[in-house]
Amino acid sequence: MEGCRLSVNDLACRRGDRLLFSGLGFSLVPGDALQIAGPNGTGKSSLLRILAGLLRPFAGTVERTGAVALLDERPALDEHLPLGQAFDFWKRVDGGGYRAEELAALGLADLLDVPVRFLSTGQRKRAAFARLKAQGTPIRLLDEPLNGLDTAAASTLLEDTAAFCASGGIAVIASHQPFALAGLRQLDLSEFAS
Amino acid sequence: MSALLTILRRDLAQMFGGGRRGGAILPVLFFLAVAMLFPFAVGPDPVLLARAGGGVIWVAALLAAILPLDRLLAPDLEQGLFDQFALRGIAEEAVVAVRLLAHWLSFGPPLMIAAVPAAALLGIEGETLRLVELGLLAGTPGLAAIGLIIAALTVSLRGGAALGGLLLVPLAVPLLIFGAGALSTGGEAGLALTAAISLLLCAIAPFAGGAAIRAVREG
Repeated sequence: MEGCRLSVNDLACRRGDRLLFSGLGFSLVPGDALQIAGPNGTGKSSLLRILAGLLRPFAGTVERTGAVALLDERPALDEHLPLGQAFDFWKRVDGGGYRAEELAALGLADLLDVPVRFLSTGQRKRAAFARLKAQGTPIRLLDEPLNGLDTAAASTLLEDTAAFCASGGIAVIASHQPFALAGLRQLDLSEFAS
Repeated sequence: MSALLTILRRDLAQMFGGGRRGGAILPVLFFLAVAMLFPFAVGPDPVLLARAGGGVIWVAALLAAILPLDRLLAPDLEQGLFDQFALRGIAEEAVVAVRLLAHWLSFGPPLMIAAVPAAALLGIEGETLRLVELGLLAGTPGLAAIGLIIAALTVSLRGGAALGGLLLVPLAVPLLIFGAGALSTGGEAGLALTAAISLLLCAIAPFAGGAAIRAVREG
């Protein structure tokens, strides 16, 4: 995880005819966690997608060293497959493993033979988080990670993110909910709205 | 490379397995249904059936190619799979090329097998059947490529499935002219041209599909 970096410089994002934000800049080094806050529609998800390289910024640059993983509202797990087999696909693509105790901590150990389409919103979110963890990247982008999670799962995710940053990872969390993480930097996107 | 093989395995399992609810079997049944309806509609005149039968098989294959369009890319895009592939540095073009191979395997060979009972229903035999089978071998990769390009272009549209069917018909006309035309001329030239068009379409499809998927993301 050493040597990962994420910095943006004078970033602007336009969706359709609307300029969502402009003049945005920050720099993250290993161990940093940044929460992007702001009301709905200020461009939090768009910013994460720009950081992930999925969306082109309207202006400005993103400099990223290290692989990136993204958690959003779509779990990217095959709906009709049992959860275990859906994980197996990503396991083969990523070459990473799903440790039994990690799945148990996320409450997924008993769900591995349940087809993904029968999982609840929170269970899907937890499954997507397990997939993101197994990817083993030094940078994690979390888009509204607490949505749909119960308090136990939310605290598991918080603890895991804290441990991830402590081990030298970079986490960017887009959420309008408070994210109780020690040393979390805050960035209110509405201040950069134009 | 191993990631692409994993993706190919998944695509094939989805198309042949229960994943897309009989994705591969439905076009075959539709193809056979069209071949079966034709003798009912024009009557049991064996001379007429044998003359028109090859063309009917081609039209049936073209119509069957429309059926799987809406399931080719849309579910995976909605589920965010293409985003996750992109994050891992797997190019959209590569994913679409793999999808094209899987789509043809689930569509071309089954149709060629189904053409044998269809030929029996239409009273085609011998040399004509051989030409039909060779024509389908040459033409179905092109049909698969057209289908994939259209699926990628219409993936973000509501009601894209119906539009996709309409779009496929004119684009497939060259394949139909040369593929079915080889039946009446009996020449290899028509088959060669069909194969050439197919090759061209297969070469374009990954790039057109990849560009379309990126455009949807920017949308």
